[in-house]
Amino acid sequence: MTVHQLSVFLENKSGTLVSVLRLLKKENIQLIASTIADTADYGIFRIICSEPEKAYSVLKEAGVAVSLCEVFAVALDDRPGQAADAIEMFAGEGISIAYLYSFLLNGKGVLIFRTDNAGKAAEVIASKGLNVIEEKDLSRLL
Amino acid sequence: MSYQKFFHPEESYSRSEIEALQLERLQATVKHCMNSPFYQERFRSAGLTPSDIRTLDDLKKIPFTTKQDLRDTYPFGMASVPLDQCVRLHSSSGTTGNPTVILHTKKDLEEWANAVARCLWMVGCRPEDVFQNTSGYGMFTGGLGFQYGAEKVGMLTVPAAAGNTLRQLKFFTDFGTTVVHAIPSYAARLYEVMCEKGIDPRRDTKLRTLVIGAEPHSEDTRKRIEEMLGVKAYNSFGMSEMCGPGVAFECPEQNGMHIWEDYYIVEIVDPDTLEPVPDGEVGELVLTTLKREAMPLLRYRTRDLTRILPGECPCGRHHIRLDRMKGRSDDMIILKGVNIFPIQIETILMQFQELASDYLITLETVDGNDAMTVDVEMKDMYIDDYSKLQALSREITRQLRDEILITPKVRLVPKNSLPKSEGKAVRVVDTRKKY
Repeated sequence: MTVHQLSVFLENKSGTLVSVLRLLKKENIQLIASTIADTADYGIFRIICSEPEKAYSVLKEAGVAVSLCEVFAVALDDRPGQAADAIEMFAGEGISIAYLYSFLLNGKGVLIFRTDNAGKAAEVIASKGLNVIEEKDLSRLL
Repeated sequence: MSYQKFFHPEESYSRSEIEALQLERLQATVKHCMNSPFYQERFRSAGLTPSDIRTLDDLKKIPFTTKQDLRDTYPFGMASVPLDQCVRLHSSSGTTGNPTVILHTKKDLEEWANAVARCLWMVGCRPEDVFQNTSGYGMFTGGLGFQYGAEKVGMLTVPAAAGNTLRQLKFFTDFGTTVVHAIPSYAARLYEVMCEKGIDPRRDTKLRTLVIGAEPHSEDTRKRIEEMLGVKAYNSFGMSEMCGPGVAFECPEQNGMHIWEDYYIVEIVDPDTLEPVPDGEVGELVLTTLKREAMPLLRYRTRDLTRILPGECPCGRHHIRLDRMKGRSDDMIILKGVNIFPIQIETILMQFQELASDYLITLETVDGNDAMTVDVEMKDMYIDDYSKLQALSREITRQLRDEILITPKVRLVPKNSLPKSEGKAVRVVDTRKKY
């Protein structure tokens, strides 16, 4: 029900982002979606990519501060209001979204998100019949 | 009104008068020390008795006393009087580092006030003055130490204590403050806020004299402070083990701090060999108290590095002059007048599961103020959770502040990103211009 996401801790120094991207390029790993959360002192670079486990070990070996975590990926029809309805389902159950980003995939909007209660979120997804994207679906598209 | 030049007759003693008094007091102090179980044992194991101290040179036979000794005998093991004769104690800060305790009898407090009063008098403080103390009170000896000394001079005292800069400025203008005690970085801060509020220190205040100490600072810093505030700024040296302020102080010549040799015997030793260094060379300051009742200290290694300024001072005092402190022979950090050992910081950091083992303490001057940044290496697994990272740096900051009494800037950094030298982690980088 979840996909792998890499979270990279970036110091606010020039060159840190490009050095991570170069490492991935070298291993022919493709980015599918990514986002940077910036703070005064550091950034968190979140990446959905092809071969996330390989990407993780590549970065790890290069000494990059990275963690591999699981996030939900839900596909929505390309119509206004879909995201609102989906998030409403979680809000209604008292589940908070820690972060969320989205991208378009074959005409569908995909929401990537992490909640404060993964177990409960999984129940909501199952019971409401949300269209979950699996990791293999992502890599197949590449 | 005209006043005498010297606050005490001892202040103008000749060298031979000083030395005669020192010998007499050293012998009395050594005898008195035999009331302390610690010194009894020290003398016994060194095969010494008080009668072996016949000349000032015999002082060298006595073993050194260290901060570790103070810690080992915490809290009262070094007292040379029964506790019921003590009326106050001052203790070093810190909850994880071993604290040290200095006990005082009524007479000790009286003599301490006398020493501070002599310093203040020397730089022209008189009963007509209004003295405002921006030091923290309580355990920090710069508070009560200057308080009693200033009262002894007869000044009107404003025990404003630390912080609340706007209130400090209001006191300046409302009470006509003429003398201020502040650490150098706070003096700069006072000026900054004056500028923000449109207060011209020369026009709107009566400030004339600034006592700056407790924080190492350069001659440039002093000049800058004098220029900013339109005052004369005098360097003060003290430490809680020697009561606090009042140990050594600049005279109007502003060239070295006279250390009161009727209170202390001064030695400067090589911190490695513990042998005396040649006159005028830098070494570790070692002090023997001559007037203390509750806790006399014999040959106390202060860990402060300095030198004796050669030559006579034109001011007419023959008490030797110490140069500005040149640093420490241990790893103690002095920040905003607060003494901090890196181990205190390390002990706090090591309690956090989320952190890897490396850290770096950076000390710098930011807008004229001392600032500390603590970079801490974090374990990788917490990276995705922003709120957890924020909470983590907040909690580290809070715990460090509780321990070292200063709020550092805490920065989370990736594992293995901190500098290493020859495989050994660098723990403290000090970029302040101090000496």
